[in-house]
Amino acid sequence: MKKRDYYLTVISLILLVIFLYFADRYMDAYIVRILNLCAIYTVLGLSMNLINGFTGLFSLGHAGFMAIGAYTTAILTLSVNAKAQNFFLEPIAAPLANVVLPFFPSLLLAGILAALAGFLIGAPALRLKGDYLAIATLGFAEIIRVIFTNTQNITNGALGLKGIPAYTNLWWSYGIAAFTVLFMVLLINSSYGRAFKAIREDEIAAESMGINLFKHKVMSFTIGAFFAGIGGGLLGNLLGTIDPAMFKFTLTFNILLIIVLGGMGSISGTVISAFVVTISQEALRFLDQPMDLGFIVIPGVAGMRMVVFSILLMLVVLFYRHGLMGTNEFSWDRLINILSFKKPLLKGGKK
Amino acid sequence: MIKMTSEMFLQHLANGISLGSLYALIAIGYTMVYGILRLINFAHGDIFMMATYFAFFGVFFGLPWYVSFPITIILTIILGMTVELAAYRSLRDAPKISIMISAIGASFLIENLAIVIFGGRPKAFPTEELFTKVVHIGNVSVQRLTFIIPVVTAILLIILLYLINKTKTGMAMRAVSKDHETARLMGVNIDRTISITFGIGSALAAIGGVMWGLKFPQIQPLMGVMPGLKCFIAAVIGGIGNTTGAVIGGFFLGVSEIMLVALLPGLTGYRDAFAFIILIMVLLFKPTGIMGEKISEKV
Repeated sequence: MKKRDYYLTVISLILLVIFLYFADRYMDAYIVRILNLCAIYTVLGLSMNLINGFTGLFSLGHAGFMAIGAYTTAILTLSVNAKAQNFFLEPIAAPLANVVLPFFPSLLLAGILAALAGFLIGAPALRLKGDYLAIATLGFAEIIRVIFTNTQNITNGALGLKGIPAYTNLWWSYGIAAFTVLFMVLLINSSYGRAFKAIREDEIAAESMGINLFKHKVMSFTIGAFFAGIGGGLLGNLLGTIDPAMFKFTLTFNILLIIVLGGMGSISGTVISAFVVTISQEALRFLDQPMDLGFIVIPGVAGMRMVVFSILLMLVVLFYRHGLMGTNEFSWDRLINILSFKKPLLKGGKK
Repeated sequence: MIKMTSEMFLQHLANGISLGSLYALIAIGYTMVYGILRLINFAHGDIFMMATYFAFFGVFFGLPWYVSFPITIILTIILGMTVELAAYRSLRDAPKISIMISAIGASFLIENLAIVIFGGRPKAFPTEELFTKVVHIGNVSVQRLTFIIPVVTAILLIILLYLINKTKTGMAMRAVSKDHETARLMGVNIDRTISITFGIGSALAAIGGVMWGLKFPQIQPLMGVMPGLKCFIAAVIGGIGNTTGAVIGGFFLGVSEIMLVALLPGLTGYRDAFAFIILIMVLLFKPTGIMGEKISEKV
C-alpha cells in the first residue's frame, strides 16, 4: 500500500468514527435507524456476494438464514418477563424460557446456528448446479419460514416476537460491518478466495487444477450463512419485532438487488450499493403514500416502490450487467482520477 | 392417524386429481421453457396470476364467460411473449446468472404492477353455475369442475404432444432444445421458435388460471408465487424438459399434497413445505426426475 493511500484510509476511518459519534448523539432516531439499516444491509450484501458473486453459486436462501439468526438472537435476548408476555397462546419450551444472554454471545450463536443450517442444506444442495441450486435454496428458505410459523412454543408462530430489546446501535452495526468487510477482503485475497473465484470462472478448469469443488463450495456457503445469520440478528434487535412473514422472498430480492447493482464480485461495490439501495428505499417511500400537490391529492399506491426497484434490477441486468463496480475494487487512485477530471494518458503518450 | 372411509378416500382422490391437473397445466409451461432455454421462467407463476385477473375483468365488464375466457388466453399469450422479448431475448448469450436475475426481476415487476393496478386486496372470482354445480355420486359429492379439469388437461396434453411430435413447429422446438447453433444452421428461426414456446406455455397457464379461479374463487396479486414454485417442482419431479413427465409430476404432487393433509391433519401447516422437501429428495436421489434424460456436460 502506498503511503498516501495508507494515510487517506486512516483519515477516512477516523472521520467515519467521528461521524458515527455525532450521529449516535445528536441525530434523530429515524436517521440513526436508516444508518443502522445501511450497515446491516452491508453485512447481508457481503455475505450474499460471497456465495453468489465470488463463488458463482446462485443461492436464494438468504431470507432463511436471516430468519434463523433473527429468531435466535431475539429469543436469547428477550427478558423472562417479555417472553411470558409474548407466548400467551402456548408457553415457550422449558429450557428457553429462562435463558437470557447478552447481545454479543447471542449474535455469535445466531451466526453459528445459521452457519450450521447452511452447512446442512449446503452439503446436499451444492451438488446441484445453476437453477436447481437456486430453487433448492429458495425452497429451503420457504421451509424455514413454514417451520417458524408452526412451531408455536419456540418461535411464537405467526404472532411473531415483540419487544425485542433494541441492542443494535450504530457501534454494533458499523463495528460488525467493518469486521465483515475486513474478513471478506482477507478471505477473498487468500488462497481460499482465489479458489472461490476459480470455481466461479470455470468449475471444470478449477477442478482440474486440483481445487476440491465440494469443500470450497460448502465453505463459501457456510461462511455466507454465518454472516447472514448475524445480519438477521442485528436486524431483529434493531426493529424490535419480528414475525415469519418478514422473511419472505422479497427480503432476498432486496439483497440480490444490492449485489447486482454493486457488481457481483466486488466488495466495495456491495458496500456502496448497500447504502444507495437502503437510502433510496427510504427516500422513495413517498411513492407509496398519498402525494399532496396543493391543489390535487394523488392517492398513494402501495407497491409502487417495489415496481421502481424491480424495473431498476432489470435495467441493470439488461443494459449494465456489471453493475457499479463489476469485479473491480475501490482504490484511491481511481477516486482521485475521477475527482480531478484528468483524462488517462493515451498508450505511449507523453504529458 | 385417522381412519378413512372409502368415500372419503375417493373424495380426496378426486380433489387431488383435479388439483394435480391444474399443477400439470402450469408445469408444462415451465418444462417447455426449461427444455428450450435451460432457464426457470420465474415469471410463469405470475403470468398464470395475470390470466386469472384478465378473466376476472372480462366477466366484470359484462362479457359472458365463453367470450371472456378465450380473450384471456389471447392476452396471456401476448403477455408471455412480451416477457420473453423484454427480459430474456437480449440476454441469450449472457451468463446464466444474469438471465436468472432478469427472470426474478420480471417476476417481481409483474407482481408489483398487479398490486399497483389491481390493488393488494383479494377479489372474488366470478363462478359459473355450469362448472361449479355439485354432483352426488353415491356418498361422494364433488363439483362438476373436479371432473372437467382432468378432462381438459388430458385433451390439451394430447393436442400438445401432437404439436410437438408431428408438426414442423414442434420439430423446430425439439431441434432448438437440443442445440441452438445447429438448429440455426438448419434454418430454424430460433427467436420465433422460443417465442412460440412461451406462447404455448402461457396459453396453458391461462387455461389453468381460469380453472384455478373457478375452483378457488379468490384471486390476489401474489397468488401465482406458490403454485408457480410448486409447478416448477412438479416439472422437476417428472423430469424437466419432458412434457409427459411434467403432467405426471403435477398429478403426483397434487394427489400427494391432498392426501398428506387428509391423512395427517396435524401437518396441515406444513403443506407448503412438503413440495420443497419432495424437491430436495428428488434432486438428491434422482435429479433427472421420472421421465427425464441425462444430459452429460461437455467440456
